[in-house]
Amino acid sequence: MIVAERKPFEEIYECVKRHRKVLLLGCGTCVTVCMAGGEKEVNVLANQLALAARDRGDDVEVMEHTITRQCDDEFFDEATMKKVAEVDAVVSMGCGVGVQFCAAKFGDTAIYPGLNTKFYGATLEQGVWAERCAGCGECVLGDFGGVCPVARCSKSLLNGPCGGSADGKCEVDPENVDCAWQLIYDRMERLGRLEELEENRPMKDWSTNRDGGPRTVTREDVKL
Amino acid sequence: MSEQKTLKSGSRLEKILTEGHFAVTGELGPPKSADVEIIKKKAGYLKGVVDAVNITDNQTAIVRMSSMAAGLFALQAGLEPVVQITCRDRNRLAIQADVLGAQACGLRNILCLSGDHQRFGNHPGSKNVFDMDSIQLINMLKRMRDDKVFACGDEIRNTKKQPVVEPRPFIGAAANPFGDPFAFRVIRLAKKVKAGADFIQTQCIYDMERFKRWMTEVVNRGLHEQVYILAGITPLKSVRMAEYMRDKVAGLSVPDGLIERLEKAENPREEGEKIAVEQIQEIREIPGIAGVHIMAIEAEKSVAGLAEKAGLLPRPA
Amino acid sequence: MDNEPNIIAFCCHYCAFTAADLAGTMRQQYPPNLRIVRLPCSGKVDVNLILQAFVEGADGVMVAGCEIGSCHFIEGNKRAVKRVAYAKKLVEEAGVNPARLEMFHIAASQGPLFARTAHEFTEYIKKLDAEAAEVPLATAAVDGESA
Repeated sequence: MIVAERKPFEEIYECVKRHRKVLLLGCGTCVTVCMAGGEKEVNVLANQLALAARDRGDDVEVMEHTITRQCDDEFFDEATMKKVAEVDAVVSMGCGVGVQFCAAKFGDTAIYPGLNTKFYGATLEQGVWAERCAGCGECVLGDFGGVCPVARCSKSLLNGPCGGSADGKCEVDPENVDCAWQLIYDRMERLGRLEELEENRPMKDWSTNRDGGPRTVTREDVKL
Repeated sequence: MSEQKTLKSGSRLEKILTEGHFAVTGELGPPKSADVEIIKKKAGYLKGVVDAVNITDNQTAIVRMSSMAAGLFALQAGLEPVVQITCRDRNRLAIQADVLGAQACGLRNILCLSGDHQRFGNHPGSKNVFDMDSIQLINMLKRMRDDKVFACGDEIRNTKKQPVVEPRPFIGAAANPFGDPFAFRVIRLAKKVKAGADFIQTQCIYDMERFKRWMTEVVNRGLHEQVYILAGITPLKSVRMAEYMRDKVAGLSVPDGLIERLEKAENPREEGEKIAVEQIQEIREIPGIAGVHIMAIEAEKSVAGLAEKAGLLPRPA
Repeated sequence: MDNEPNIIAFCCHYCAFTAADLAGTMRQQYPPNLRIVRLPCSGKVDVNLILQAFVEGADGVMVAGCEIGSCHFIEGNKRAVKRVAYAKKLVEEAGVNPARLEMFHIAASQGPLFARTAHEFTEYIKKLDAEAAEVPLATAAVDGESA
């Protein structure tokens, strides 16, 4: 899923206070799972904004609405579009994709991001999410025992650990980040495939990554 | 066949190693300013003391004068530079451009490194590159030198009518016998050798027992016959420095015995030098070692004394 | 406008709510402006519930659960502690003095403790209200923070 984090309150408030009537638009998919921009978080922000507006004497009316997904046309139903039409601005509580989809959908209504989009990640335990994929466009997981050196090694090294691996941890953040190469080594050892790690991997072709420019995927067979 | 032709680069370091001398390399950190005088001064301390001098590339991710420019000044000051290149700051275009420039400037040794992560430096907000890793960098240089092609496969010539003029570096790489997983450390060295490394400089050694274990494995694999291994030495200057090395540098262990010696010493700096001399003497006895790499960053002045006491002087011509 | 503050007390059914009942039975007075909301566990309290109380006009919010180690649902009160801490941050961002929100641990048998806590908290909120009235609106929250 895409993992995001709520923006600092002040940053959101600075945007919201320019308008009289604002819609907080939640997203029911990834950001609901990572507890950043779902229905509940929309409600928290709405309450905070109401309190702050009262405290500071600003005249801002805040509305709340959450749709299933902000990155798909079909979820922007009539009721949603009607609500958007009533307000001066929308704070999208979706990921960066959702914000941009809203911007494209809502024409002349101002749109602001309510979240900082972080990464493609997994839930390690409730309240803890970690990066797992970098979306490089050419998956190499099969060669590394299912542990990604591109996303999980701080230096994206493809030929083994740097000198900064100690006790299974990465020197960049030993508290929170495992050394990807320790994980790869351990996995490959369990799988009896250690000798594969002795092969020299050539430079990666980053043109499939964002380095090649913004990417699209097209499936002619499923197009309508 | 003349000797010149059998050498890959013709650098002094290559000659010394090929002739079987016990090589000594040093390190010179470029200034954190445009002050050339600092390079000249440091070069003065190292001239005649070491066979070649590593010129660090934004070491510890702190901005310094470029290793190419500083290397050129070191060359002019009579040293033979080993220009360091990290994968952190430049992509394959920039690195290959620099390698061509290095050749044109007469810089004959290049050391390939992944590079310290920028989190540890003075620009933690910068974007890192890591277009390739150090092993891929080694291989890129080897292909430039031996196959005379760029990473993309194009020949290294200005136009089709003009001659191929390829860079001919003596290719170095680093090895850290102390990082984890330990079992991978020799594999990684083997990969560097396979990629085309001509010489290796190791991380500074304090844990001699672990280093010897690593070297045994290196010799068992016959790697010492394919690459020149220079053992890293960094003289300890104080108890604080020893503790810093032990606690703050990932994968580096400093045995308690060494720290105790420094604590008991009346003059820890002298004791540190004494320890370094003993380490060099011990290392010379380890099979497969071709030289030492003395990293006395911001203490270039102290290298001559250490080399003298360790019996490394005079250096061969 | 009367100067009696509105206090909302989210009370766990198994302890603080019973304690409040006991206080009444024991004829221990506690402030009439305290409104008790009974929850099946203090762990039921949600940051939104707390925020909503403030939005709807509460001057102070108490969350009262069992003593640590005696939660009927094992860990509910520990979760409440964490949520109250988070809610304090949220209300503070919105300009509400976080001291207006507090977590208490009161066992079912501690009727007098409930009465005393309710009384003290109410007095404390009154004091904050008085202080807030004296200083300009914009700086009230800041002063409250350092209090």
